[in-house]
Amino acid sequence: MKSIKNHLSLVIALLSILFSMQVFVVADRSIDAYKETLAHKYSVVIVSQKTLIDEDILKINDIVASVEELKPDAVIERLNSGMSKKNMELLKVTLPKFYKLHLKYYPTPNEVKKLTKDLIGHTSIKKVEDFSHTHDTTYKLLLLFKGVVTVFALCIFVVTTLLIFKELRIWQFKHTERMSIMGLFGAPLWLRSAVLFRLAIVDAIIASVLAYGVFTYISMSPWILEQFTSIGIEIVIFDSVLDFMKLSMIAVGLSILLASMIVLGHKEEV
Amino acid sequence: MDKVIVAKDISLAYSDNETIINQANISIPSGSFVFITGASGSGKSTLLKSLYGALKPKQGSLIVGGVELSGVSKSKLNFLRRHIGIVFQDYKLVKEWTIEKNIMLPLIINGYEKNVTQNQVDSLLKHVRLKHQSGKYPLELSGGEQQRVAMARALSHNPILILADEPTGNLDDYSSGLIWNLLEGANIQLKTTVIVVTHHIPETMNVEYKHFHIEYGSIHEVN
Ligand SMILES: Nc1ncnc2c1ncn2[C@@H]1O[C@H](COP(=O)(O)OP(=O)(O)OP(=O)(O)O)[C@@H](O)[C@H]1O
Ligand SMILES: [Mg+2]
Repeated sequence: MKSIKNHLSLVIALLSILFSMQVFVVADRSIDAYKETLAHKYSVVIVSQKTLIDEDILKINDIVASVEELKPDAVIERLNSGMSKKNMELLKVTLPKFYKLHLKYYPTPNEVKKLTKDLIGHTSIKKVEDFSHTHDTTYKLLLLFKGVVTVFALCIFVVTTLLIFKELRIWQFKHTERMSIMGLFGAPLWLRSAVLFRLAIVDAIIASVLAYGVFTYISMSPWILEQFTSIGIEIVIFDSVLDFMKLSMIAVGLSILLASMIVLGHKEEV
Repeated sequence: MDKVIVAKDISLAYSDNETIINQANISIPSGSFVFITGASGSGKSTLLKSLYGALKPKQGSLIVGGVELSGVSKSKLNFLRRHIGIVFQDYKLVKEWTIEKNIMLPLIINGYEKNVTQNQVDSLLKHVRLKHQSGKYPLELSGGEQQRVAMARALSHNPILILADEPTGNLDDYSSGLIWNLLEGANIQLKTTVIVVTHHIPETMNVEYKHFHIEYGSIHEVN
């Protein structure tokens, strides 16, 4: 019981830090994933007098990923009320060409403006529809969401930092007595601090393993997965190798830092 | 090495405006048994602190076990302390360790092997009559029992010098007898130098002893 209590306080502090960090990472990944889906959905339509070669359009601006020609057949089909086949062919030839441009990523409003300007500058292109109004609103919402997540993460960071500092003081109080006593019997600094570092590393490992369990559980939870599916994005909530390594390195680093601060701040009593 | 402690004109103080010990001279041959007496607050514990290097003399020269303590390096001081056994007036047991582990502390620091350590601790626990309590934590023991643990810890690594600050302060006659026997035993069998701060020098001592008395900041040799 005693030993569990010894570990609990730091493990909880570390765990909450790891948790908030991973939540931030997941939020960031969601935004990126959402941007990608938006990039897939968002496109610019241009109207051209002449038939354009794909390469020519791609050359206009780097952001353009692919070009798709919009066939007017379907529209004409609908208009078709007893028009002769010959007239229809004629109409098709005289009609301007429509192209849909897919972009490499979800652009900022400025990038949209620049793209529009570049496209208009092309001699054959007569009209560009960039749906900039809808785009602006979506982009602002995205920025807002990112801002909210950043503020949230900052708050968590401040709170956990305070938590860690409180933990530091408790540790200092708990360990300095033993360290002084060991010093009075001639223990060199490394031996005096050994218990502390061992405890710190063990706690960090416990916290990482717990975090691993929690996030593995969360990343498999049907409810959570459903939420992401309903937004239409697919992300890695917890990479059991890379994320785990990152988290455990942070936990170990943090607790070693904590232990070192105590060791360096330790003064021998008279 | 003839003398284990040589103090020349040492002054001890915690602050600049109050001197506890003023220009004292002591010389203690190794293998001595020494009593230090004095009124409460006279500076007995302060003198012991200077002997294990926790309080540097404001002036004078203090040599313990061949080591000059003014301006001693950390590692040299640690080396010296590994050969001293201290019984603190307030025991200074490690609360989160069992009494067995507490007694082991100097042995662990000195790098003794596990089985040597265990044997030594078992025999000491028997000597201080605490064998049945070995798994308990200090705060689960009475004051007198904690004091006996502190005594056992000070003896565990067979130090060359034992500094005991009122080691029988909380004990009845029977337990006090145990402590005196242990200290005398170390002094006689292992030639350990023993320095004991006490208010009562036991009536019958099996060894010859020196006696210093501290009064008004000076140290007199009584016999
Ligand atoms: N850490 C300290 N800081 C400042 N002053 C101290 C400190 N420790 C002791 N003193 C002062 O030094 C004087 C001597 O204290 P010391 O503990 O040496 O007395 P003592 O002879 O051991 O008394 P007792 O028999 O009560 O244990 C006292 O006046 C005390 O107030
Ligand atoms: Mg005292």
